[in-house]
Amino acid sequence: MSSATVKTGHPSALAEFWYYFSRNKGAVLGFAVFVIVLLLAILAPIVAPHAPSEQVREKLLLPPSWMAGGEASYLLGTDAVGRDILSRLIYGARFSLFIGLVVVTLSVLSGVLIGLVAGYFRGRVDTFIMRIMDIILAFPSLLLALVLVAVLGPGLLNAMIAISLVNQPHFVRLTRAAVMTEKSKDYVVGSQVAGAGTLRLMFLTILPNCLAPLIVQATLAFSAAILDAAALGFLGMGAQPPTPEWGTMLAEAREFIQRAWWVVTFPGLAILVTVLAINLMGDGLRDALDPKLKRS
Amino acid sequence: MLRFFLGRLAILIPTFLGVSLIAFSFIRLLPGDPVMLMSGERVMSEERHAQIMHDLGLDRPMYVQYFDYLGNVLTGDLGTSIVSKRPVFDDFLSLFPATLELSICAIIVAMCLGIPAGVIAAVKRGTWFDQSIMGIALVGYSMPIFWWGLLLMIFFSGYLQWTPVSGRISLMYFFPPVTGFMLIDSLLSGQAGAFKSAVSYLILPTVVLATIPLAVIARQTRSAMLEVLGEDYVRTARSKGLSPWRVVGIHALRNALIPVITTIGLQVGVLLAGAILTETIFSWPGIGKWMVDAVFKRDYAVVQGGLLMIAGVIMLVNLAVDVTYGFINPRIRH
Repeated sequence: MSSATVKTGHPSALAEFWYYFSRNKGAVLGFAVFVIVLLLAILAPIVAPHAPSEQVREKLLLPPSWMAGGEASYLLGTDAVGRDILSRLIYGARFSLFIGLVVVTLSVLSGVLIGLVAGYFRGRVDTFIMRIMDIILAFPSLLLALVLVAVLGPGLLNAMIAISLVNQPHFVRLTRAAVMTEKSKDYVVGSQVAGAGTLRLMFLTILPNCLAPLIVQATLAFSAAILDAAALGFLGMGAQPPTPEWGTMLAEAREFIQRAWWVVTFPGLAILVTVLAINLMGDGLRDALDPKLKRS
Repeated sequence: MLRFFLGRLAILIPTFLGVSLIAFSFIRLLPGDPVMLMSGERVMSEERHAQIMHDLGLDRPMYVQYFDYLGNVLTGDLGTSIVSKRPVFDDFLSLFPATLELSICAIIVAMCLGIPAGVIAAVKRGTWFDQSIMGIALVGYSMPIFWWGLLLMIFFSGYLQWTPVSGRISLMYFFPPVTGFMLIDSLLSGQAGAFKSAVSYLILPTVVLATIPLAVIARQTRSAMLEVLGEDYVRTARSKGLSPWRVVGIHALRNALIPVITTIGLQVGVLLAGAILTETIFSWPGIGKWMVDAVFKRDYAVVQGGLLMIAGVIMLVNLAVDVTYGFINPRIRH
């Protein structure tokens, strides 16, 4: 008799996640685009045809290569001081992804910590924390970020700090709500009875079970951070020229909208495509991580 | 209902105090003191500096200054703009109608298109119509609106020359403001063509400002509708033999709209943040552009007063949304 090994038991968490995530075609597309943008950002010095700040005086406002007067070595044309737009966009991806990463890290770390404290201890601590969050949420995020940057001084770092601060209340609220739901469940009471300390209960017992909505919110915060940083750059309060940040590039291009459509069109398109890809991924993550939507 | 309303109002008080504290401390966080900021590049003697600090009451303890400031705010005194030399509160009142008009038009457009789009997408779930509507909505949601505004301007104002580039009405028309709303004032003025001109100036900023709320409302309506369409009472209504139009339009939509109303209320913050960008692009003379200009000109009294007023508006609208929500959904009240 021959014996066959049959794999039993649950598939790994990652395989299960991928199964649900990949059922959403948009999410897979978004993921693919995001990986391409990420690779372009990492490999920028290799893939970019020119240096981002290299100015060629003879080639000001050169149209894209497929138009009359365009040159093959400047695929998307040049800007008002003769810099290659494609190269600047590729280097710009570094800034946008970096901003998203820093903002999400800062706001997730602080937001989750504060939300965990509020939801776990309740009482006065909770009321105090939530009132402060209400105050931050009473301002339109972009306005508060704009004023904060005006106080701290314009620049990329200050823009990231400001955007993290206005993003953070969402994580506080979400973590607090999730912690409050989980805290009264049997498994938490069980480990409390078994003698687990406060820190262990907070970070090892409760927090891992609150992660799903946080991951989805983190994705949304990532794309929102890219948009807000670009908006601040556009208003002249984010990254400063000649940094090839996409919003800053748009601000510099504004005066040429009547003469050279390409200097305005491509940076915005880069922002839109990147943000759209991340939001598509966010929708897929929500489908894959939300237990209510799972059929099994 | 009154208790519910008063309870909500009571929560607003500490929030408003916190907002006023932020607006108050903002100027104190800047390097230097207010007198040095006002004097700018000019050199000032120590005695003169101390004298002005004393005259303005800036040498008193911080908490005294704060309560003084709070007292002024509650009586409508937000300080004086160093650029326009007018009281900040008066500037706010004269510019706010422009932002309000733009925001109201944008939210009307967003609701009139977003709710039907969401309903149809939910009813025709999984079809190409649903997928395209939700695809477009996600693009709208991801849109950098400052770029979207520039694109529309290139095409409609530059290439087609259909719409003007910036401002609220053509310079050919002049009439005293009655309501501050250009659409109403232009009608009241009785001047031929004034209303049409005001509309042509309003179209592009409205489209730009409506884009994100429209996408959010369409997505929210669809998911609320999908939830409701699976409920028992909808099945009952269907099995009674009611027409699909009645089932969807009357039975389902009324309940699906409850979360949508909250979403619309939450869009006020989005609209005011969007107004900052939209007004800057289209040189629309509202409070968004006013705030950006104030930040650049270091007109701190305006930044301080504007922050407070804008947060106040958002808080009041949120209160109104909460109360409406309690009104249409009595379960919330308890």
